[in-house]
Amino acid sequence: MTFIKPKFRHPDLPKNKLGYTLSYYEGALSTLCAGCGHDSISAAIIQSAFEMNIEPHKLAKLSGIGCSSKTPTYFLGNSHGFNSVHGRMPSVATGANMANKDLIYLGVSGDGDTASIGMGQFVHVIRRNLKMIYIVMNNGCYGLTKGQDSATADNGSISKAGIVNQFQAIDLCGLAIELGATFVAQSFSGDKKQLIPLIKAAMAHNGFAFINVISPCVTFNNNKGSTKSYDFVRGHLEATGTFDFVPEMEEITTTYESGEKHAIKLHDGSLLQFNKLDSDWDPLDRFSAMKAVHQAREKNEIITGLLYLNQGAMDLHELVNTCDRPLNTLKKEDLCPGNGALASINAGLR
Amino acid sequence: MSDKLKINDFVVRFANVNGTGSASANLLFCKAIFRMGIPVTPKNIFPSNIQGLPTWYEVRVSEKGYLGRRDGIDLMVAVNAQSMEADIKSVRPGGYLLYDSSKKLPDHYRRDDIYFIPIPLMEICNETYTDARLRLLFKNIIYVGALAELMQFDFSVFESLLGDQFKGKEKLIAPNLNALKLGSDFIKANYRGTFDLKVERRDLLKDAIMTDGNSACGLGAIYGGATFAAWYPITPSTSVVEAFMEYADEFREEKETGKRKVAIIQAEDELAAIGMVIGANWNGARAFTATSGPGLSLMNEFLGLAYFAEIPLVLIDVQRTGPSTGMPTRTQQSDILEAAYASHGDTRHILLFPSTPKECFDLTATAFDLSEQLQTPVILMTDLDLGMNDHISEPFSWDDSKEYQRGKVLDYDDLEEIERFGRYLDVDNDGITYRTIPGTHPTKGSFFTRGTSRDEYAAYTENSPAYQRNMDRLVKKWITAREYVPSSQLYQVENNSEYGILFFGTSQYAAEEAMDMLKEEKFLVDGLRIKSFPFDQIAIDFLQSHKYIFIVEQNRDAQMKSLIMIELGISAEKLISVLNYDGLPITATNIVHQITHSLERVEKYTTV
Ligand SMILES: Cc1ncc(C[n+]2csc(CCOP(=O)(O)OP(=O)(O)O)c2C)c(N)n1
Ligand code: SF4
Ligand SMILES: [Mg+2]
Repeated sequence: MTFIKPKFRHPDLPKNKLGYTLSYYEGALSTLCAGCGHDSISAAIIQSAFEMNIEPHKLAKLSGIGCSSKTPTYFLGNSHGFNSVHGRMPSVATGANMANKDLIYLGVSGDGDTASIGMGQFVHVIRRNLKMIYIVMNNGCYGLTKGQDSATADNGSISKAGIVNQFQAIDLCGLAIELGATFVAQSFSGDKKQLIPLIKAAMAHNGFAFINVISPCVTFNNNKGSTKSYDFVRGHLEATGTFDFVPEMEEITTTYESGEKHAIKLHDGSLLQFNKLDSDWDPLDRFSAMKAVHQAREKNEIITGLLYLNQGAMDLHELVNTCDRPLNTLKKEDLCPGNGALASINAGLR
Repeated sequence: MSDKLKINDFVVRFANVNGTGSASANLLFCKAIFRMGIPVTPKNIFPSNIQGLPTWYEVRVSEKGYLGRRDGIDLMVAVNAQSMEADIKSVRPGGYLLYDSSKKLPDHYRRDDIYFIPIPLMEICNETYTDARLRLLFKNIIYVGALAELMQFDFSVFESLLGDQFKGKEKLIAPNLNALKLGSDFIKANYRGTFDLKVERRDLLKDAIMTDGNSACGLGAIYGGATFAAWYPITPSTSVVEAFMEYADEFREEKETGKRKVAIIQAEDELAAIGMVIGANWNGARAFTATSGPGLSLMNEFLGLAYFAEIPLVLIDVQRTGPSTGMPTRTQQSDILEAAYASHGDTRHILLFPSTPKECFDLTATAFDLSEQLQTPVILMTDLDLGMNDHISEPFSWDDSKEYQRGKVLDYDDLEEIERFGRYLDVDNDGITYRTIPGTHPTKGSFFTRGTSRDEYAAYTENSPAYQRNMDRLVKKWITAREYVPSSQLYQVENNSEYGILFFGTSQYAAEEAMDMLKEEKFLVDGLRIKSFPFDQIAIDFLQSHKYIFIVEQNRDAQMKSLIMIELGISAEKLISVLNYDGLPITATNIVHQITHSLERVEKYTTV
């Protein structure tokens, strides 16, 4: 069965600068369970792309396998998408990005997809600072294979079947910071107000942008003992400070009392404005970001917001020094040395 | 012991220690013969080791142009104490042993049926050089000089060779010539024994080149327009990407900016390497990877995705003997079935089988066309022998009028014309559908690529008929592919023998020679060299029109025979396997021996 949404929309719906309504950024009807956190994240992606005036065809969405990795079908229906294999989205995104540096690459993964089978690729895509947005829809379990513990399930959390998880959880944000990811954020699927600016900022970031979104699985991991349930997450959220994303050229309307305001300019001219900052935590300082992550873990809190940002690093294209024209636009004239060049090659082999 | 001179027809084996600089000296010997216009084949037999273990370099000289390996060592250059005893044993009766006589040879190494040619290599070096490194390096050059004297080389060939080798570093030419002279002088002054292996200038090679298949593949990828490569190091495939890198440095720099018209990523493993290549091809760049058996195993899941999602990609599989321990540095053709059916579900992949460096170049470039035209992986099945050993080959050539065949890709204008784009709609009824590259058109042509089932418009579906329709279309595409792949090569225009011999890849050299040997025995066989899978009509006709077909392959399990039986339904009784799986390139005598042996069986069987 295929699901196609009715296309009719009211003519007066607001349009973005490109003249598209929000619905133009939607995808097929979701087939996930009602109340699944992943659907809220899809909605936030739709809203972010709309507000960022992204041409859908200039964005490619890629994913691995899992309920979370299914979501690219449910957003940005006018973008090319690629549902690849379990845990290997980063490699496919790397190749795609190398072929055309002019598109935006949005990768979606799950905690199983990233923290277990795909751990190697996750680590290495960070190491290469591939310019992409990498969203993990983290529910602490394998949704699609019916609720087994994942490697991000917290030690001591209890699955629906009543089994206590004996193993240490992998903290994806802590790991990403440790590995030198250049944009690391954490959020909650239920917190649109925070999530949308984070996704928008990630879209503007010139490098690898990682967002770990706690996204409860209502079917398999929303029970009392789970630390990825709605109730637990709501009760343990610790925002690092509210923050706004102001795209390039837009008038800055919010004003702040001096001392509370902290603005960071992104490479494309857009601004990140933090309204309140923890006194000893600075998102531009890797050590303090690490410390904040560790402290939250000690206190059993889930720290959210933009945890770490490094704008200075070169992205993979800069590192391998590719030309400005996308590689996929080069023609025979650009690429083939022709028969003439073979004369000296042959001569050198005699 | 015959007194008959063996002119331009013998085998020399060098027994060295890995990592002692012997490779360039041995190559100098081989290249000199090549420069004298005499067909010559070198084979490296090396351990999986960087320094210290025994390594051999075998050079066959054949005026008749037989370029396969040949059994029987006429001359052993034994400079490795570690393997000396076995090396001496391996010389054919009546052959020669050139050895370092600085240390006395143990008595029990002696043989009465071979000639010993002692040279105190180490002593000469110690007298001449003070630097320890030079002593080690020139020891090898000295024995080349000795050989050249014994075989009566035209010495001028060394001058021009070294001149080319040390262009820009001319200072190095004289010391090398001097070391050669030390060797030759020693022979002149001291060796009075018999020596019947001679080299005479012939100029049989015209414009031929001498190079290895891996370099040729790397160059082919440059000419074929690859802009992206991802790989994970594994012998014997590593030098494919290394060659690509070197040629990219030369040919892919943007003049104005100094930036590069290529990206090459060393991936974290083979899974990532092929994933990247899939991503790049999906996004419209020509991309490839190179690996060997274990890497191919790791790439299996992704190969299935690429087959089903219909994404072009080029994979160069330089085959070797199985797993990573044991004999990973020896040759084999043993990935055939794995490559042909790589992955889960119903999959089948296009395979190409090059035999020479020229074909490595041509077929790598062609592979990019084929994979984009057919929107599916194309696997180039080469092997360690072809990839890492130097081979005499036709020179490279390129037809400048030829355009890249990018297949059915819709651009902006095409999409404008179309009412509704269907990614998997078989518009032309050949099983090949139209694809779009991300970013082409703001409102048309986007689609979702999946490894699960979809309908003609790329929409997700679990509908059984839709799944089956798609699988049947892929079969149609496979049949279409037969017309695209390179044709088999026939060795007799008319099939006039009841017997046929079928071979592919590096077995070509020994098989051609074997056919000549059989002809001398008045046993005529028709020959066919397969260049691709799916099998073309020429191959099918050949297999059907002969009563018995010998299938020559370098693996234990007769994988090509299995593939022929599975795909073409040819009966097993017709197909007689000729196999070689000891890690060394197959020889003509081995083929002839196996054929005569099985003929006896066949005759017995048919006369009963
Ligand atoms: C190679 C491979 N192994 C196993 C699976 C089965 N599988 C599908 S989804 C999944 C787990 C997904 O978990 P996660 O990434 O957390 O996604 P979620 O469903 O929780 O959103 C597994 C193990 C597979 N598709 N491929
Ligand atoms: S199983 Fe869990 S993760 Fe999957 S769709 Fe349902 S709620 Fe979401
Ligand atoms: Mg999960």
